[in-house]
Amino acid sequence: MNEPFAPWTDETATPLIRIEQVTKRFGDFTAIDDLSIDIFPREFFALLGPSGCGKTTLMRMLAGFETPSAGRVTIDGQDMGGVAPNRRPVNMMFQSYALFPHLTVWDNVGFGLKREGMAKDKLAACVDEMLKLTQLDALARRKPHQLSGGQRQRVALARSLAKAPKLLLLDEPLGALDKKLRQETQFELMDIQERTGTTFVIVTHDQEEAMTVASRVAVMNHGKLVQVDPPDQIYEQPNSVYVADFIGDVNLIPGRATQVGDMAELAWAEGQGTLLGQPGGGVKADTAASFAIRPEKIAIGREMPEARNRVQGKIIDIGYLGNLSTYHVKLPEGPVMTCEVGNRSRLSRRELTWEDDVWLSWSDTAGLVLPT
Amino acid sequence: MRRFSGFNIVSLTLGIAFLYIPMVVLVVYSFNASRLVTVWAGFSTKWYGELLQNEAFLDAAWVTVKVGVFSSTLATVLGTMAAYALIRRGRFAGRTLFSGMIYAPLVMPEVITGLSLLLLFIAIGLDRGVLTIVLAHTTFSMCYVSVVVSSRLVSFDKSLEEAALDLGCTPFQAFRLVTLPIVAPAVMAGWLLAFTLSLDDLVIASFTAGPSATTLPIKVYSSVRLGVSPEINALSTIFIGLVTIGVLIASVVTKRSIAMRTADERVAGG
Ligand SMILES: Nc1ncnc2c1ncn2[C@@H]1O[C@H](COP(=O)(O)OP(=O)(O)OP(=O)(O)O)[C@@H](O)[C@H]1O
Ligand SMILES: [Mg+2]
Repeated sequence: MNEPFAPWTDETATPLIRIEQVTKRFGDFTAIDDLSIDIFPREFFALLGPSGCGKTTLMRMLAGFETPSAGRVTIDGQDMGGVAPNRRPVNMMFQSYALFPHLTVWDNVGFGLKREGMAKDKLAACVDEMLKLTQLDALARRKPHQLSGGQRQRVALARSLAKAPKLLLLDEPLGALDKKLRQETQFELMDIQERTGTTFVIVTHDQEEAMTVASRVAVMNHGKLVQVDPPDQIYEQPNSVYVADFIGDVNLIPGRATQVGDMAELAWAEGQGTLLGQPGGGVKADTAASFAIRPEKIAIGREMPEARNRVQGKIIDIGYLGNLSTYHVKLPEGPVMTCEVGNRSRLSRRELTWEDDVWLSWSDTAGLVLPT
Repeated sequence: MRRFSGFNIVSLTLGIAFLYIPMVVLVVYSFNASRLVTVWAGFSTKWYGELLQNEAFLDAAWVTVKVGVFSSTLATVLGTMAAYALIRRGRFAGRTLFSGMIYAPLVMPEVITGLSLLLLFIAIGLDRGVLTIVLAHTTFSMCYVSVVVSSRLVSFDKSLEEAALDLGCTPFQAFRLVTLPIVAPAVMAGWLLAFTLSLDDLVIASFTAGPSATTLPIKVYSSVRLGVSPEINALSTIFIGLVTIGVLIASVVTKRSIAMRTADERVAGG
């Protein structure tokens, strides 16, 4: 019972959604390129990727507004080819909200339930609950044009949640909310999911959000999935420079992989020792590669450290961010490295200033050698 | 508020005078006690009373209203459907041809429309009467309706319909519950336009009307040829009144729809 939730590692688990080799073309532009993925019941599946990479298009194919040019979409064992949007066990929250301007907030939220033919008192109870959940009870009688952007977003969210579908597609559901409300709503979403067992597919531009709520994160680029993994693996074990760079901050040192075994070595500059890290993304010996290291995993100091992975440079910039400080260090024959240090004591590391020569170091397992 | 310059005042006065003096003359003479149209003999409303006694005029008025209501309603239904098909269903085979054919009657001379309809009715053996006028008016006013409605549909956010489908509507329910209520002001404006067009059409009606049914414009036209009577003035005054009310309603409806549209657009703009 206490096993972690990971149906994608279980070969006997049946997925809720199967996307098999789906391609979507608009004219001669390929928006989704031969994409396959299984999404399991009760998952909270986050789609991440740069603008225009095809996230919305993928969602619209699940909801039934676009037909794949090739390939197959199956939901709950049923082939979705030719199934109209209103016959799918799916609800979608639109990126543009698509609220009905002639209806009040209350009627917008109750719209789907009314179509189901739900009894009046039950419907009212349902709608009121949704409005309370999204903190909209005071605005129930307003029309959409009388709401702020964040309030509209919440109406759209409440409307898509109301029908409690098997699969809920949320296209950037929380983008317009302030940080506090966003965190509360994320929490509510997770809570709703616990209670109803709904499967969520959510598009977000906020990595932190993806990290907090998702069971798995999919990073997309140019209509393809680059990596699909639980959040911690995406962060700690990115399979490519692209993912490492897209999720969080990362320092990349270009070079050549010299040896690849359990560990990998990267030569990055003449006369400097190689850097040691974990191999990732199927990197091969004697190929161009990059060393990826997160800023918070780097130690900084004036004395030469013991660690094997160490580089020397000059501080060119210091940023003070309240709870931590960032140092930008220029390596003589390499890139500018960023390193983050927590400000635990008020006076710590005061001795480091601009133009100081410093050593950066990190442990053997902190970095990754990735193919470029 | 900007002040009017002298030149502006002159041109404004001239323009308004040009437009409205004929009507003012007509309205004033409708209250003339004399039978002679051009001689003023004191104020009276007796021509209005006589008009109400005139069976032929009343019949014609009744026919006109019937034709107007039926033809504009039919034209609104058909025109809205055509506009929806053109704007919403994206590209389909023959779309360009279809849209061209819908709009062609807008530029077709009325005489030709009337004549061709007349030939059609004769060919299929349809007796000329109220029905034929209704059909004829529907034919030419539905393209006006479809122009008005499609200009609204162009700016209509398609994702609203998708949201309705997503929430369980059939395509027809989505149209009835979401699209139609939102574009209703444009549909109303289209109806009013069609009604007005039907009300003052003379040419097409005279081709398609029969001995059993005459519309008011035909009646007026034929009696004016026998000499202008003060009754006609009274009738025209009533007409001017009705049209003014109609135009006022239409402009209020349009204003409201513009206000609603800007509100929608603010919503769409996020
Ligand atoms: N109907 C369409 N016709 C032509 N091209 C389209 C159409 N819909 C989407 N595209 C193109 O497909 C690509 C993917 O679009 P999509 O809306 O899926 O992006 P997205 O990942 O959701 O981006 P964003 O993060 O900005 O919302 C874009 O380059 C877009 O221009
Ligand atoms: Mg999008």
